Amino acid sequence: MKASNRKGTSSAIPNMEAAAVKGSVNGSSTAGMKNVDSAFHVTGRSIYLDDIPVEQGTLYALPFDAPSAHAHVKKLDISKASAVPGVVRILTYKDIPGENQIGSVIEDEPLLVENEIHFWGMPMALIVAISEDAARQARKLINVKLEELPVITDPREAREKGELIIPPRRFRMGDTNKAWDACAHVFEGRADTNGQEHLYIETQGAYARITEHGCLRVSSSTQGPNAVQIAVARVLGIPMHKVEVDVTRLGGGFGGKEDQASAWAALVGLAAFVLKRPVKFSMHRMDDMRMTGKRHPYSSDFKIGFDKDLKIVAYEATFHQNAGASADLSPAVMERTLFHATNSYFIPTVDVTAYCCRTHLPPNTAFRGFGGPQGMFVIEAAIAKAAQALGVSAREIQKRNLLKEGSEFPYGQIADRVLADETWELADKTFDFDKQQAEIDAFNTKSTTHKKGMAIMPITFGISFTNTPMNNARALVHVYQDGSVGVSTGGVEMGQGLNTKMVQVAAATFGIGVERIKIESTNTTRVANTSPSAASATADLNGKALEIACNAILERIKEKASRMLNPGSSPGHTDAITIENEQVLNDGQATELDWDKLVFACRWDRVNLSESGHYATPEIHFDKAKEKGHPFSYHVYGTAAVLVTVDCIRGTYVVDAVKLVHDFGKRINDAVDIGQIEGGVVQGLGWMTMEEIVYNDKGRLLSNALSTYKVPDIHSVPKELRIESLPTDGHPMAIRRGKATGEPPLMYGIGVYFAIENAVLAFNPKYVPKYDAPFTPEKVLMGLYRE
Amino acid sequence: MTEFILNDRTIRSDAEPGTTLLDVIRYHEHLPGTKIGCREGDCGACTVLVGELKNDRMDYRSMTSCLLALANVHGKHIVTVEGLTDPLQHGAGVEDLSMVQQALVNQGATQCGICTPGFVVSLSGCCLSHEAVTENLAIRTIDGNICRCTGYKSIERAAADVARALEKKDIQYPVAWSVKNGFVPAYFSDIEERLRSIQPLGKVAASGAMHASPMPPLAGGTDLYVQKHDTMHHAPIRTVFNDTTLKGIRIEGDTCIIGGATVANDLLASKELHSHFPNLEKHLLLVSSTPIRNMGTLAGNFVNASPIGDLTAFFIALDSTITLRASSGEERQVKLKDLYKGYKDLDRSPEEILTNVRFKLPTKNTRFNFEKVSKRTYLDIASVNTAIRLEMSRNSAGGSTIREAFISAGGVAPVPKFLANTAVFLVGKEATPETVRNAVAVMNEEIAPISDARGSADYKRLLLRQLLFAHFMELFPERFKLKELV
Repeated sequence: MKASNRKGTSSAIPNMEAAAVKGSVNGSSTAGMKNVDSAFHVTGRSIYLDDIPVEQGTLYALPFDAPSAHAHVKKLDISKASAVPGVVRILTYKDIPGENQIGSVIEDEPLLVENEIHFWGMPMALIVAISEDAARQARKLINVKLEELPVITDPREAREKGELIIPPRRFRMGDTNKAWDACAHVFEGRADTNGQEHLYIETQGAYARITEHGCLRVSSSTQGPNAVQIAVARVLGIPMHKVEVDVTRLGGGFGGKEDQASAWAALVGLAAFVLKRPVKFSMHRMDDMRMTGKRHPYSSDFKIGFDKDLKIVAYEATFHQNAGASADLSPAVMERTLFHATNSYFIPTVDVTAYCCRTHLPPNTAFRGFGGPQGMFVIEAAIAKAAQALGVSAREIQKRNLLKEGSEFPYGQIADRVLADETWELADKTFDFDKQQAEIDAFNTKSTTHKKGMAIMPITFGISFTNTPMNNARALVHVYQDGSVGVSTGGVEMGQGLNTKMVQVAAATFGIGVERIKIESTNTTRVANTSPSAASATADLNGKALEIACNAILERIKEKASRMLNPGSSPGHTDAITIENEQVLNDGQATELDWDKLVFACRWDRVNLSESGHYATPEIHFDKAKEKGHPFSYHVYGTAAVLVTVDCIRGTYVVDAVKLVHDFGKRINDAVDIGQIEGGVVQGLGWMTMEEIVYNDKGRLLSNALSTYKVPDIHSVPKELRIESLPTDGHPMAIRRGKATGEPPLMYGIGVYFAIENAVLAFNPKYVPKYDAPFTPEKVLMGLYRE
Repeated sequence: MTEFILNDRTIRSDAEPGTTLLDVIRYHEHLPGTKIGCREGDCGACTVLVGELKNDRMDYRSMTSCLLALANVHGKHIVTVEGLTDPLQHGAGVEDLSMVQQALVNQGATQCGICTPGFVVSLSGCCLSHEAVTENLAIRTIDGNICRCTGYKSIERAAADVARALEKKDIQYPVAWSVKNGFVPAYFSDIEERLRSIQPLGKVAASGAMHASPMPPLAGGTDLYVQKHDTMHHAPIRTVFNDTTLKGIRIEGDTCIIGGATVANDLLASKELHSHFPNLEKHLLLVSSTPIRNMGTLAGNFVNASPIGDLTAFFIALDSTITLRASSGEERQVKLKDLYKGYKDLDRSPEEILTNVRFKLPTKNTRFNFEKVSKRTYLDIASVNTAIRLEMSRNSAGGSTIREAFISAGGVAPVPKFLANTAVFLVGKEATPETVRNAVAVMNEEIAPISDARGSADYKRLLLRQLLFAHFMELFPERFKLKELV
């Protein structure tokens, strides 16, 4: 590999080397600022769950989990295990003082097995010992007698048997039945996407300590401190104010710790509560992979119709979501599949239905994209199938059907500030799709052993929790008398750069340097009733709340300044006062006052220097009875070109390039936002290529370790990953007009599937596309030779 | 008692010799910068540098501390992320970052941060190595580190910055140079002297011989600690990892002899092997990752008997012979291909140590190739691997005939498979597409792949056919075209 191939041209990052780690002191231009945690990360001083210094007397918990996917429990024998030296207690559901229930959307998920096992890996008992080692030795000695029951792993089978977690949901626009006759071309088919293991490098875990008055302090590696608080309180049968949940940071979440951190916190909470000792649990990787849910596999059917000009006239799809054994967040994930069923395209007649199918797999859960990617894969498969049959390029169809200003989504929202065409056109202008394709065709004509393929992947992704009531957040701000600032929000830092953005928001709002701002841990006693850090909306929601809190304090501070500088002015008249670069300006003129002096003066003039800000996203609404509304505060757009080369001897492939134009809005942090795009693309690429979850027909996970489940390594990422920014003024609903970047880029990775497919077709024109992701080297080789 | 230097401190540990270094670092010495990701060497979050005196100079290599027995680090210098900055400075300012750390910060190459210490440590290994660092080499040093957040592009940019900063590295005295130029703290200068004062342990760290059922000897531990994680901790340890009599590559006449405790990266570093195997680097980089290649030994790979051991396939095709030594000192020799009787069933008693492997060096008439396909090209276990060695001779018609053939295949049988019938079929034939096509039928009769997480039986059968084609296309590029084969 030549060095020149390695240049990941992120031309979007201006002069990364030149920007200092602390960023500019000018609160208004900190886009070059590095992640506030980076100096701690690189020196190993950041504190994750397992790094919290343990208190004396801490015990270690370890679940014994079900060795079957579906069975009646005849006997659970813990006698031998209890006798292992160091084992303090083995808890079962009988020891739960409150409810044995952690289902957050639907109450269908027991914390510990009572009589029936619903999935392989379901916790049955909790071993508590003086060391992790003792607990692990004891776990091998627990015996169960089971009466095995039939196991369902396939969502279509679950639907046939009526195993639905909620009734099906259906989004409609127009009447497709009437539309087919008007179509010049109609295609039907099936598309499947497998699950995806989150593979956060920090596994799940929690640490509970007893405090006074029968209270608990729980440190948890969770994206949802509020969800953990509810689960612990419920299991223990105590009010929420007795449970304090604290989160410093996560070593990755990706959705896997949105709802699924709660069980482990509830278990250590239970042990601490019963034994009156601190109890900790940090999962081993194989336990984590076996016991936790993943991205939902989907099996879908589609029908698509076009007029003679290749305009999509009608689209139908049926989505079978493999929800696993209990609801978890599946109904919400399924809803987002419906919202993104038409991706970036305007289709006048749409009828899409989704089934939430109960199987005997671990409950599948949130994963970056939250059902959106699964929906988008199906429409892309439909377009690819049509293109192949009609002998046109898929991008011709894609381009003709992009959303326009004022287009109506199937869920009733009218698209505004649409940038689908803009990102497409800038991408085409910058990367020249025709030229790329011509080069690929020329290569393919010459080469007999290697074939190249290209696919274009446009994305449109809605920002907001689709469950409207969740779109709110709070922030608590203290300005201390020395001018330093402490900020608490409901958001959790998990690598997405939230804390960095919050520092920027507070600094910019006050007009002070970023080093003044400290972001506190996320703690339920400081910010309560929060939504999880999810839906790409964390920075928007918490940032807006933070702006509100900072502005309230700023207004009071400016009032004080006005009284000091303009003694005659009317009370409350602060318009003349501004704070820039920590200097107080009066009518734009420098004064003797600076931030330090002014804050100190406020402190001793009894001005309130603390504030809690509350933000609830305006304008959004959704009526689930009609399945219509305006659920998203805005959409994020983009277009990617993906180029791959397939080795037709071995069936292996490399991603040569992903080149994309992304709608960042007014990007507020280069490193954070570019990092989200790069990371999202590669995670999506992994989902589409090498990440293959394998359960056997008994519901046992076979891809149960990093040796059998592969995520991208440094050699498997695109040789060239080029990111161009679509210049716009940003969106007013986004924090400081910089749009959310968390989830959207993952879906560029879908293009990798179709680029590989095109390369396979170039070698083997008889190949019948399967639309069955991931496109593993196995499927490639079979496709090259066996179709 | 195990004695070693952990960053700047000398540690004398009474912990059980089978304890992993990772647990010692995190839970005994309370240095939480070394992270736990998988405990099976597959993520690199727990990577440390292991420095030892070799040929009178310090040799630093990256290893995953989750698979490293405490007994194996006696007398060595262990460097964790905490040891890369001046231990007296505890601020969080950029002023006390090492050059590698600063490069990662500058490029925004850290997001959630939990994999970051592993990347920092691995990249810092570049600074201390006795080789010139290119961008590709810097990237190779982090091929065992998994990051789930960044998509690696920022890390690549940081690695390129590190490579540039190391352009003027003094490869004769890299430690002194790195100290002088701010890549590692000053205390590194004294490590060599301090290590000399540590007394070596005996070869047997614990009384394995007295144990009723003797533990298998422990070498690099890269498989034992994955397979028997919970029991290794308390097991009596009989380590051979540091036994220098079992290490090294030497040539005697037309034979190459490699010590059983030689690690994969020793092969990669051998100029002599490179001269005989021009594609050695390409082949060996497909084997696991840098830290694992620094730990995993040849003997371990052979004795572990995995049906898809990469090095096993490699050496079977070289028609290698191994030496087994009983505790009595008695030695016997076995063809590597004959070591495997059934799944994990060996012609070897548990007390026997595999002391070396020997094979005839290639001549100008030799053709050798190794192929491996896995879901992920690097740092993965093969779906199928295979190696081939052909001895060619000119025939009367001016063509070339296969005089001798040895072919191995992994992932297609319960054992690392020597394809005896296929080899016999090839002998005496000319290397033509027709010969190879006909060989496929013979080959299909002697393999029995099964479906598992690494692929269906059908796939593995097809893949092995393709890799046989690949062998001949690689070895005789002018004579074999894909379309003539399929």
